[in-house]
Amino acid sequence: MSDKRYLLRSSAVAARALDDEMMVMSATSSTLFTLNEVATVIWEAADGVTPLDEIVTKKVCAQYDIAPEVALKDANTFVEQLAEHGLLLLAEKPIPQSSRFPQVNP
Amino acid sequence: MTAMVAATRRTDVVVEIGGVPIRLRCDDPVFTSRIIERYAGYVSSSDEAAFDFEIKLSPSGTESGDEALKVSWDSGRWLMERGDFRAELNPSTARGRIEQTANPYSLDSVLRIVHTLLLARKGGFLVHASSAIRNGRAFLFSGVSGAGKTTMARLAPPGAALLTDEISYVTRQDEGYFAIGTPFFGELARVGENLCAPIEAVYLLAKGPENKIEPIVGADAVRDLLGNILFFARDPEFVKLVFDAAFDFVSRVPVRRLTFVPDARVWELII
Repeated sequence: MSDKRYLLRSSAVAARALDDEMMVMSATSSTLFTLNEVATVIWEAADGVTPLDEIVTKKVCAQYDIAPEVALKDANTFVEQLAEHGLLLLAEKPIPQSSRFPQVNP
Repeated sequence: MTAMVAATRRTDVVVEIGGVPIRLRCDDPVFTSRIIERYAGYVSSSDEAAFDFEIKLSPSGTESGDEALKVSWDSGRWLMERGDFRAELNPSTARGRIEQTANPYSLDSVLRIVHTLLLARKGGFLVHASSAIRNGRAFLFSGVSGAGKTTMARLAPPGAALLTDEISYVTRQDEGYFAIGTPFFGELARVGENLCAPIEAVYLLAKGPENKIEPIVGADAVRDLLGNILFFARDPEFVKLVFDAAFDFVSRVPVRRLTFVPDARVWELII
């Protein structure tokens, strides 16, 4: 695995914050996911150009009392789960915004 | 007698659910008569229609065993497909077609899908819920199969107008959210009254040892409501519309959990 990991929110989702949670629904499966505060920080920072380790260091660890190595391990597990459900795109290089849109059949 | 003969020869009928008149044309007047009978109370007396569907009947026995429903958006049309029907709707031309056997339940399924698609554009949705109007206000009782939707409908007191025991029709209007009667029924096998009223509250049903009501707020309310809204189309825009509608709905309409003993006393709490 590369040292850097980039993540981008899929466009095939609907997402809204309510109370302290972020609710995310997959447009392809209509499955609903609820993200806690820390997961929401990562979700909102998933812009395709900021690597995950930087998100963890500058966003997560800056706001929450958690060791960077523990936070990064948890964050990797979290983003992999979201990627499995098609909510996030993951890559070892920055991801262009155009990748957010699902492929359209001709 | 002349009128009866004329009625059986009709090859089109306008079925109006939720204020949306949909013309259904079928070359088979016997099937048209079945539609008229099935949607009694929802057959429009006007010839005006917002959408036109041609129904082509396939011979019985040509259904495939595939029960999986697929609804997709392709080249400007909604495509709807299940083992017992294939249908499409072009919103631009307001025309569509349905291929099915003479089973009226296939048409029922197509109409449910069409209305979810049309409602989403207007901020509304269909939800698994029985509903009734009491004292001018509509109450919805939502839950999965077996939660008690039909039971609540059966227990409704005299004077309550039953809108449906299975699928509630929720529309967004300037003043808020309204429930409208539907012909979509469940175990009660009875068409709902074609009436409309502002929604007073949604009750999420749970059977228990005593009758009690608890408020559900915020994310829990959205989550529980979304779990009962009909999602047919796996289309990003459609899902976002319904998702946003659910958030808006819970910000305007109280959502409560109703734990109940299945007898008529539960309706004493519904005020």
